[in-house]
Amino acid sequence: MALSQISVGSDVAAELTRARLTGKRADVSGTAFRTALQIGLSLSVVVLVVLLADVLTGGWSVLTTRLGEFLTSPLRANPAQAGIAQSLAGTLWTGVVVVVLSFPIGIGAAIYLEEYAPQNRLTRFIEVNVRNLAGVPSVVYGILGFTIFVQWSGGFTGGRTALAGGLTLACLVLPIVIITSSEAIRSVPRAIREGGYGVGATQWEIIRTFVLPYAAPGILTGTVLSLARALGEAAPLILVGAVQGRLASQDPIWDPAWLTERFTAMPVTVADWATRPEEGFVANTAAAIVVLLAIVLMFNLGSILLRNRYEKKRHR
Amino acid sequence: MSDEVLATSAPETSVRPPAGESTELPVVFDVDDLSVYYGNFRAVRDVTMEIRQREITAFIGPSGCGKSTVLRCFNRMNDLVEIARVEGRLTYHGVDLYARGVDPVEVRRRIGMVFQKPNPFPKSIYDNIAFGPKVAGLVKGKSETDDLVEHALRRGALWDEVKDRLKDSAMGLSGGQQQRLCIARAIAVEPEVVLMDEPCSALDPVATARIEDLMMELKDDYTIVIVTHNMQQAARVSDRTAFFVTEVNDTSDVRTGVLVEFDATDKIFSNPEDERTERYVTGRFG
Repeated sequence: MALSQISVGSDVAAELTRARLTGKRADVSGTAFRTALQIGLSLSVVVLVVLLADVLTGGWSVLTTRLGEFLTSPLRANPAQAGIAQSLAGTLWTGVVVVVLSFPIGIGAAIYLEEYAPQNRLTRFIEVNVRNLAGVPSVVYGILGFTIFVQWSGGFTGGRTALAGGLTLACLVLPIVIITSSEAIRSVPRAIREGGYGVGATQWEIIRTFVLPYAAPGILTGTVLSLARALGEAAPLILVGAVQGRLASQDPIWDPAWLTERFTAMPVTVADWATRPEEGFVANTAAAIVVLLAIVLMFNLGSILLRNRYEKKRHR
Repeated sequence: MSDEVLATSAPETSVRPPAGESTELPVVFDVDDLSVYYGNFRAVRDVTMEIRQREITAFIGPSGCGKSTVLRCFNRMNDLVEIARVEGRLTYHGVDLYARGVDPVEVRRRIGMVFQKPNPFPKSIYDNIAFGPKVAGLVKGKSETDDLVEHALRRGALWDEVKDRLKDSAMGLSGGQQQRLCIARAIAVEPEVVLMDEPCSALDPVATARIEDLMMELKDDYTIVIVTHNMQQAARVSDRTAFFVTEVNDTSDVRTGVLVEFDATDKIFSNPEDERTERYVTGRFG
């Protein structure tokens, strides 16, 4: 308005416009918020880096001089000869039980809750309780597992065995699997389902053909992350009777006989060794942590790769 | 079981009444005093109309007047809303669609639907068409399916544009192409009726014109019911028009959709009975 009235000297008008457009306003609160976010992010990165550096330097001597022996030797009282073969076997077989049980049951429960259950109070009550279960401390699952899988059904599990431990961990992650799968299924667009119904498909045909493939990446990520969490749990396994100290069984890692034998697992061994007074166990503990971290990272990486593959298949 | 009910009572659909004897086409849907409730809320009331074979019937009216709600009763799509409930009578070739034992899946195989926003399945163009016929058991083997996919895409006026990339994702098509794919998908299961819920509202004028041309072609074989916000579209394509409005209860502020007038499209747009219709079609209301 005022600018357009200046008839002579368009240079003057341009100068005025430039002055208005380039006037910088100080956005104090915005800048402060952004800085706070950056500090938060860098703090968590620093924690991770310090942790990695600490365990790597601590376990360096073991990892570089006797890694093969460390991975294949049984638990021993002499730190220079002790290894984690038995712990790896326990982690493997408890993990197998978790995958075989909690994944199908959890995904099935999620499909039922999202697709078939009537939207009423009972369903909402169940959903709220599943969420609460996901927040129950893992030690509590240990007590539950001891009661149910060691005491009550010891005839089936063989007592304090890898099977009992795996069943306990399966209960622990089941709510997490249900929640993440439910969320993945819920994120399937309504329009896709309607399209399916519109051409006369049944509910099951729609779930099978559209809902599950679309939800697969989300389900997969959630379940694999929950498995990684289960494999890092020490407390419930100790309560179910994972062995600290020496373990008789010398079966090879891949032998399913482990399922019905006394067992230990990676996090249990880490917890055990960390309390040993001998100097050598400090390095052993750090090395075991590195191995455990490597396993967990491998799962995470695998889940990311699989998810990417599924998402490409999704034809976005 | 319901299959039997529907099949035995449906008359031969391919027979048109002989010219001269009667100009009225057979009735496909007979709607009598239909009301739709969501829980205790009555969304639409007292809808009475007849939808005739191989005609295009348009539902027009302001937003929220229940046009889509009524349309979704015709293939029991409202069943997907758990709290939705229908009162009154809605018959398809004399069979009450809401009678006990009627299978909504069978209903939807005969009465297809095209939605407001193009919603192709996140799969290939080929699979989008083939899915319906496969689950309906209409095709066996690859060559039969191939033929049917080509036929449906040709009917959907999309074949020439996609014939070289049938295995590509349907999500890569333009909006107008996606909507024609959805129409082709709907007619691939050989329904008798195609319901269209504002099929052009997300499309540009050129794509809209193509869909309208397509509707005029499909009219030879299918009964079409279309909900539209676009009055010109209703005037251009439809044979009969139903005009809905929203009535607001002064005391409770409850809004209910009602059918104001249902008649030949010419009459609705040139000489309507109801004053509200006249004001709407002349652009003075709504």
